[in-house]
Amino acid sequence: MSNLGLFFAILGAALAALIAGAGSARGVGMAGQAAAGVVTDQPDMFGRVLILQLLPGTQGIYGLLIAFVAMNNLGIMSGNPEVSCSLLKGLAYLGACLPMAIVGYISAINQAKAAVASIALVSKRPDQFGKSMLFPAMVETYAIFALLISILALNGVGAIG
Amino acid sequence: MPEEYIYAVARVRGKEQKLLSAPVMDSLVSAPGVNEALRILADHGWGDGENTEIDGMLTAEREKTWAFIKELVPDMSVFDVFLYANDYHNLKAAVKETARMETQDSVFIGRNETTVDAELIRRAVRDRDFGALPEEMQEIAKEALDALLHTGDGQMSDILIDRAALVRILEAGKRSDNEIIRMYGELTVASADIKTAIRACLMKKDRAFLERALAPCDSLDVNDLAQAASESIDAVYEYLDRTTYADAISEIRKSPSAFERWCDNLMIEKIRPEIHHPFTIGPLAAYILARENEIKCVRMILSGKTNDLSVESIRERVRETYV
Repeated sequence: MSNLGLFFAILGAALAALIAGAGSARGVGMAGQAAAGVVTDQPDMFGRVLILQLLPGTQGIYGLLIAFVAMNNLGIMSGNPEVSCSLLKGLAYLGACLPMAIVGYISAINQAKAAVASIALVSKRPDQFGKSMLFPAMVETYAIFALLISILALNGVGAIG
Repeated sequence: MPEEYIYAVARVRGKEQKLLSAPVMDSLVSAPGVNEALRILADHGWGDGENTEIDGMLTAEREKTWAFIKELVPDMSVFDVFLYANDYHNLKAAVKETARMETQDSVFIGRNETTVDAELIRRAVRDRDFGALPEEMQEIAKEALDALLHTGDGQMSDILIDRAALVRILEAGKRSDNEIIRMYGELTVASADIKTAIRACLMKKDRAFLERALAPCDSLDVNDLAQAASESIDAVYEYLDRTTYADAISEIRKSPSAFERWCDNLMIEKIRPEIHHPFTIGPLAAYILARENEIKCVRMILSGKTNDLSVESIRERVRETYV
């Protein structure tokens, strides 16, 4: 039980990578289906729809980044884990990772929905590609907010004894 | 699952661009003759290059639609509601064929546009093996055949089958999770009931006939409609004025084809929001209905051209387009 703090800290890192990554995987898959549907009849649209398909993939990258930062702070990356991490500190790590995990998942799914709609828009109006990028990109804002908060919180957690 | 139809809807979006738009319909109407109209259609990818006759080309177009949808949807039963009318058309043809002991292959609708193979229906009716038919068709097939054999009344036989078809379409619509399919079921039955009531009223049919012919639906009270139709045409208009079909009265007064056009336009108006839905089966259902509407419209234009109708007269009959 003395290592419970480290357990919660690693759980936080794992959740950031896991939940945000799962959201991105589902989102990129959704947009990929729409992209494949468009490319079936309009192969020349490949480049445009590929960019739209990739947009919901960023949350997974942000989740991975948070997991790296958390594990680095815990000394796991250098092979010297902070075994004495207190329960309070461990829970603080978990809490710091949650914004990225939860907002990452939700924003990835919603960004995917916007991307699917934008892919339909591009298939009908290829000249509107620039505008179609903006709609799903708006959702990215909230994933970036969550990333920012998680990073700031992780940096603050280090100060806890 | 929102993901289920994403690929299919994206494919449909591509196909929607190939639907005939209002300006193309207008150019068809304005074409100097049927050959010019056929050329415009060929330029828009209509026909299969083999069937140069109008019926062959339209059949090929309908088959293209269903082949495309079958490619996208693993379980086609969700769209059976659109095909039941063809099944019951084949049943009517099979009943008449058996009663009159004559074969008419051309009247049967082919396998791609039905839920039950036409040959199976023909065989079942001919051999009186009604158990071979789907459960919903067994009783009505026997009843319609008996009615035709015993009374020789082809109209009664047709009415029994038409009503059974409408009941099945409505039930299938109600079972669906999709708003478009539910709306299709309801509107199909209601418009058929209104047409039947008007026709029966003009032919001075009695209340008993109307009760046998009208299929119940949610947007009409068939008892009130039957009562009104058994009284007078004004009573029918008065009844319709109290329903959601009040706007149709002016069209019904013009002609049956004007009312049919009103119904088709209403359907297009109701399905049009599906152009913007990316996740449900709605855009697929809307595409099927849009194609059916388009084919019906083209058939009407070509028929008008063949019969040398004036451009104005044809234009009056043209339906609204989905795109």
